[in-house]
Amino acid sequence: MSKQKLVLIGNGMAGIRTIEEILKLKPNEFDIVVFGSEPYPNYNRIQLSKVLQGDTELSDITLNEWHWYEENNIRLYPGETVTNIDKEKQIVVTDKDRKEAYDYLIIATGSNPFMLPLPGADKEGVTAFRDIKDCETMIDYSKKYQRAAVIGGGLLGLEAARGLLNLGMEVDVIHISDYLMERQLDRDAGELLQKELEQQGMNFLLNKQTTDITGKKRVTGLKFSDGGRISADLVVMAVGIRPNVSLALESGIGVNKGIVVNDHMETDVANIYAVGECAEHDQMVYGLVAPLYEQGKALAKHICNKEDEGYKGSVLSTQLKVSGVDVFSTGMINEQSNTKAIKMYDDWNGTYKKVIVDQGKISGAVLFGDTKEGTRLLSMIKKGADVEEYLEAGEREESGSDLVASMPDDELICGCNGVDKGTIVEAINSQGLTSVEQVKGCTNASRSCGTCKSLVSDLLEYTLGDDYNADQKESICGCTDLSKDEVIAEIEEKGMRTTREVMNVLGWKNEEGCSKCKPALNYYMGMLKPKEYHDEKESRFVNERMHANIQKDGTFGVVPRMYGGVTNAEDLRKIADAAEKYDVGMIKITGGQRINLLGVNKEDLPDIWADLDMPSGHAYAKGLRTVKTCVGSEFCRFGTQDSTGLGIRLEQKFEGLYGPHKFKMSVSACPRNCAEGGIKDVGIVGLEGVWEIYVGGNGGTELREADLLVKVKTEDEVMEWVGAYLQYYRETANYLERTSKWVDRFGIDHVKEVLDDKQKRDEFNARMDEALSVIQEPWSEAIHNETTLKELFEKVNVPTTTSK
Amino acid sequence: MDKTLRKVYVGNYSDLPERLGKTIVIDEQEVAVFKLANGDVRAIENRCPHKGGVLAEGLVSGEHVFCPMHDWKISVVDGQAQAPDEGCVQTYQVEVTNEEKVYILISE
Repeated sequence: MSKQKLVLIGNGMAGIRTIEEILKLKPNEFDIVVFGSEPYPNYNRIQLSKVLQGDTELSDITLNEWHWYEENNIRLYPGETVTNIDKEKQIVVTDKDRKEAYDYLIIATGSNPFMLPLPGADKEGVTAFRDIKDCETMIDYSKKYQRAAVIGGGLLGLEAARGLLNLGMEVDVIHISDYLMERQLDRDAGELLQKELEQQGMNFLLNKQTTDITGKKRVTGLKFSDGGRISADLVVMAVGIRPNVSLALESGIGVNKGIVVNDHMETDVANIYAVGECAEHDQMVYGLVAPLYEQGKALAKHICNKEDEGYKGSVLSTQLKVSGVDVFSTGMINEQSNTKAIKMYDDWNGTYKKVIVDQGKISGAVLFGDTKEGTRLLSMIKKGADVEEYLEAGEREESGSDLVASMPDDELICGCNGVDKGTIVEAINSQGLTSVEQVKGCTNASRSCGTCKSLVSDLLEYTLGDDYNADQKESICGCTDLSKDEVIAEIEEKGMRTTREVMNVLGWKNEEGCSKCKPALNYYMGMLKPKEYHDEKESRFVNERMHANIQKDGTFGVVPRMYGGVTNAEDLRKIADAAEKYDVGMIKITGGQRINLLGVNKEDLPDIWADLDMPSGHAYAKGLRTVKTCVGSEFCRFGTQDSTGLGIRLEQKFEGLYGPHKFKMSVSACPRNCAEGGIKDVGIVGLEGVWEIYVGGNGGTELREADLLVKVKTEDEVMEWVGAYLQYYRETANYLERTSKWVDRFGIDHVKEVLDDKQKRDEFNARMDEALSVIQEPWSEAIHNETTLKELFEKVNVPTTTSK
Repeated sequence: MDKTLRKVYVGNYSDLPERLGKTIVIDEQEVAVFKLANGDVRAIENRCPHKGGVLAEGLVSGEHVFCPMHDWKISVVDGQAQAPDEGCVQTYQVEVTNEEKVYILISE
């Protein structure tokens, strides 16, 4: 029997989701052909704003890779548009004159952006925000031009505007209403949103109606009905979308606002269906992903002849995808004469919540600032929950895990993909899932807009329970169930002296530990008893053991210390001589203001150190790296303080100090902060008569802006605060936890509170001084120690065979 | 073709550092020799199957070494990479004489 032929017009999210649902129900029943106008496989259109905002790459938003089509025997014609449907012969014709017969035809042509018919709308520099091409246009313009105007202060417009800000443009948002997102938010939330976005740098022109787009060939500005004008190099129209129904209209299929369908997504023509943004169901056209997926499911069941009551319409919810702004709304948004509302407005924290109650039932909500309750409210509205149920749940403690624990199994976690709690918990249990990525792969939860990721993570924690916590979250590593704090308490109580003793006494599963716990224990024990503990070189990572940075080919990088990034002719000469003598592969200026000699052989390390006759820069250490400085008051015309002097003093005091992870410092002499203190573990900024100490900054993997710890008057006070701060970090952070993570975990206010206490600072500094007192310069120590030289740096060279 | 084994002297037993690796250079190839906590001496090819990392510089734990490049865990007994990673390095036979001289056997 030959397979039935299914043709899909439109290679987008709604259409492909329908195909996925069909494949789930009847994997081998249909011969499937897909036509898509865009030259890409199905991608996540919702995430385009994130691409524009620079949070993700175009390549990351593909939902179905090319090979997915191949694996499922789907013939895809990308970049090919269907131009005609012959509903009598059941054939579609494309713009490349291809003819394809069908038994079932699904129209999923989506929407077109609505372009205001303004004079000048066809000029260069006017774009919509709908597809990858529009995104690319905007990115291109941002490279050449400065001023952007976005027409439309709704969801799409604001997401576009945020993206353009990120791309470095100045952005005006023009909106016809007197507050933002008036279709999804009430006035209070709209105004809070405006305030927040203004802080992010957006400029709003409300109550404005655009009448002209000015310019010759290329756009130069906008004119408004009140006579006002602004200049603009790029105009983005984001005033709404219109269902793309032209093909259906031309083919004589029933169309109102969208292609009219019944509960089974059937049009008025036999064997032709419509799904997604182009379809009109019960006089509603939906433009959000969750309803489209529900429609896809209903249609798949119908085509596969599965019992189903069909599609019954959707309750809408909206979430704005702008970084740093949390907005959520669902159901009824504005109070009516017969409704009541539960309202909370917290001006201080910038949060707002309104829940609308209609005849005792939850019927709508607007959340600003804190949207954790969003999915729960949506789910309550869907099932028509009583207000009491909502209020009771609110009284319980609501940490993430407790919140998910209190949810019923049918509560929606992922609104986009319609995945409920029960499905996720079932998948975690039956398939042994342990990460958000795995849950995403198995259930589709968090695959679309991604806002439910934290809920999925809470569910993992809640489902895997104590085992999960004990084994993977809190313990030092897989060798033990004990947490770092428990291990430290045991070490202190029992006075253990070596890492092997700890592993042995505390019943490590791997007798000799692993690459996680060995260096961690070695650090903790040295931190606890700096004078008594005998450091174990075999428990250190190669770089710290060899006092050099290993490279991919097994050679090493050598970085001598240059205090505060200040050097002199003599040192430079020695470095140049050594580089020549040892034929180094590359001489590299580092980000920490010093010089790296790369490509040195292991056996040459002691010799090059001896020739350099400079201290180690500890460029390899989980410890103090460098203190970067700006030029400072000695030479710079803006400098207010002696930044190099203080930088050198700090580096000389803390050089050689190990920590839970590496830490970098900097000192700048004015607010221009040339030494980049905002992204350092400790960043000091000198102003006239004041030093500001910033902490917890990071410019690497997890970009984090440093927090102000304190302002002090003298260099001595800087030394005191930095010493206390570093010792507090050394004593309480987990091994391999950077200060940025540690400050986040403890909270900057807590850190401030602890260090505000002068007596505590003195105690921290006393223990710091003890730790500093045992530090020895590692390079000179190594070259004078015969055993170290032999054990660590010698290679055994076996003479070539003589028998040849 | 006959394979003959060549006995290569790498040093005295007491000179090998415990729970650390030693690099042996034989012509073009490198061998990593480890003295384990249990007293055994083991020899494997000094190239991680992943990206060629020098295993002699790795952290030694029991009968395994962790590659210093990307933390692959390799058995120093049979040369197998441990799951989830896959791969294998060559192993060499080791002889410790009564006079505590350590030899490895390599094929010519």
